[in-house]
Amino acid sequence: MWYAMLTLIRKELQALFTDATSLRILVMPVILQLVLFPFAATLEVKNSTLAIFNQDGGASSTELVQRLASAKAFPHILNIYSEIELTRVIDRQDAMLAIRIPSDFSRKIARRESASVQAIIDGRRSNSAQIAFSYAQQVISAFDADRTSAALPAQLVIRNLYNPNLEYRWFILPSLVAIITTVGCLMVTALSLAREREEGTFDQLLVSPITPAYIMAGKALPGILVAMLQGTIISAAAVWVYHVPFGGSIALLYLSMFCYGLSLAGFGLFISAICSTQQQAFLGVFGFMAPAVVLSGYMAPVENMPVVLQWVSAIDPLSHFIIVVKGIFLKGYDFPQAWPNLWPLLLIAAFTLTSAYLIFRNRSGQ
Amino acid sequence: MSKFLNPVRLLALCRKECMQIVRDPSSILIAFVLPFVLLFIFGYGVNLDANRVRLGLLVQDAGAEASQFANALEGSPFIALHRDGSLVHLKALLASGDIRGLVVITSEFSAKVRGGEGSAAIQVLTDGSEPNTASFVGSYVQGVWQTWLAQRARDQGLAVPALTDVRPRFWFNPSTVSRNYLVPGSISVIMTIIGALLTSLVVAREWERGTMESLLATPVTRTEFLLAKIVPYYVLGMVAMALCVTVATTLMGVPLRGSLLALFLISSLFLGSGLGLGLLLSTVTKNQFIAAQAALVAAFLPAVMLSGFVFEISSMPAWIQVVTHLIPARYFVSALQTLFQAGDIWPVIWVNAVWLFFSALFWLGFTALKTSRRLDGS
Repeated sequence: MWYAMLTLIRKELQALFTDATSLRILVMPVILQLVLFPFAATLEVKNSTLAIFNQDGGASSTELVQRLASAKAFPHILNIYSEIELTRVIDRQDAMLAIRIPSDFSRKIARRESASVQAIIDGRRSNSAQIAFSYAQQVISAFDADRTSAALPAQLVIRNLYNPNLEYRWFILPSLVAIITTVGCLMVTALSLAREREEGTFDQLLVSPITPAYIMAGKALPGILVAMLQGTIISAAAVWVYHVPFGGSIALLYLSMFCYGLSLAGFGLFISAICSTQQQAFLGVFGFMAPAVVLSGYMAPVENMPVVLQWVSAIDPLSHFIIVVKGIFLKGYDFPQAWPNLWPLLLIAAFTLTSAYLIFRNRSGQ
Repeated sequence: MSKFLNPVRLLALCRKECMQIVRDPSSILIAFVLPFVLLFIFGYGVNLDANRVRLGLLVQDAGAEASQFANALEGSPFIALHRDGSLVHLKALLASGDIRGLVVITSEFSAKVRGGEGSAAIQVLTDGSEPNTASFVGSYVQGVWQTWLAQRARDQGLAVPALTDVRPRFWFNPSTVSRNYLVPGSISVIMTIIGALLTSLVVAREWERGTMESLLATPVTRTEFLLAKIVPYYVLGMVAMALCVTVATTLMGVPLRGSLLALFLISSLFLGSGLGLGLLLSTVTKNQFIAAQAALVAAFLPAVMLSGFVFEISSMPAWIQVVTHLIPARYFVSALQTLFQAGDIWPVIWVNAVWLFFSALFWLGFTALKTSRRLDGS
């Protein structure tokens, strides 16, 4: 029987890899995404344009404008001279942040009164604009500090552990290991049974002496293998191309990939078992994947979500796997540290694989 | 005209396509249920404004200055404090992600502050594996720090330096609800799914099931064949769009300040390019499995990553900014964000509409070029 299953796995792998197009479709996207996404996916704000409307001609305002203009965060400065221009610049998204310095600014500073400036922020892109605003605020604080220069009684020392310079790429690449393998593994497992059904080869499988359990194992393992292959490519690129530190053990990484692969295969086969066409299976994959990615903590931290969505996130295998991969890369997780997020993966796998098996046996039994 | 297009044949083909859509419950599900689910998940699940960040606090000093600072932290509405445990325990919590930052006040802090030689320091450790949250932690603690400094100066009767007051004013979205700009963005992701992913299967399916051969044997022209694939999915897409807009404005309270006419125009153009891309993949690959994968990679992921929906395009390196111009979702996101929050700002809308128009022309034209009337044709 083992021999029969091995043959089945070999057949699946052959179907995947001998066909040059499907091989390309499993490897090309990985490379494409590896090239594009680490550069694209960043919440840092660079190259942004700052509009400055200086209604004051005094010395202090000129100094502030010069400080803003020489700040690294704002390589482009747009000087504007009227209210109408200000509206147009923000409306047309030529700048997402404008600083207006009122006409009494220098006078108030000279009199040692509290002066004010106004920041106009494009709320359409409020996150990026808020970040740009915080850069401007830092410039203004530095302007104040140099002006008042009072000795501080103590200092505040901020140190970022695991990622000292807060490089976004260090965050993205381990997450990409998780996200890209999700696509590969789910597609292989979820679409394979549906394809056999659509092409009619499913009936042939059923009349063969192989039991449903073996058919399922034969479908699950190639998916897991694909996931691990893709995971290897991305991890290697993360370490050698993007120089993300790798602090944990490789064995633990593969063990977690296998656990994750199992839970994904469980979801894939579950989708496969309830669908009868490839379109349905594909949409099923999609219906699973989109929420899984959004709620995984990759786009926004899980702790910011409403409680109900945090519960959904707890049964999302991706959210556990991302924590483990990031932990292994950046925090040097060992097994006891990874285990709190590994057992949920195994539990999810056990649940989905069992239900897929039951549905599958019922549907093929008649 | 009639050489390319016979209304009766076109109608018959459209009818067949519609019946195929209606017969498969999954198409209906994707057009009417998925938009709901995704809108809610994007609208409530993606919250970039870290509203209450979990922070550990370790005070090794019993002095008044230390406890004053600890109280200031406690009072911050942005911080949820964990005060229990040793340094080892708190560091383990930081490693497991249960807290996102750790503030340490070492044993001689109060004495050093009173001594006034400036060597007193408060240490803040953040979880750098979450860069966005880490910078929030930094700026929240800094805020508390400044309040503490000002408070101390006032208590000691020192003059508080006159600081420059920066007054932020948010145009279009005064309360800075990230939902208001994420929902228009997620509508474009949803429309990408409906446009490109559904159509990526339709031509390939005809090839796989062998029905393409029967179609080729009929007098159906290329134009009729393509139109019959486009029109029903266009209608499906527009219905889903209407649904999205209704849910967003009524249930989720996102303002819609632009006109429906502009919304209709932009959505139609976007659907044109989305459907075109899907059909092209389907026509070229002739295989549902490959077309589906390709659509996911060529349409869905770029719509999330490169459209400017979450990640700011102007912050990307120049060569990626060039690539984003090929992604129709980019123009749709920009137009929708403007339409929803700012209103009909025609300069923005026209630019995006023109790009979308050419993109639709490109993808549909390419598909027409690749659609052959022969079995052995490429």
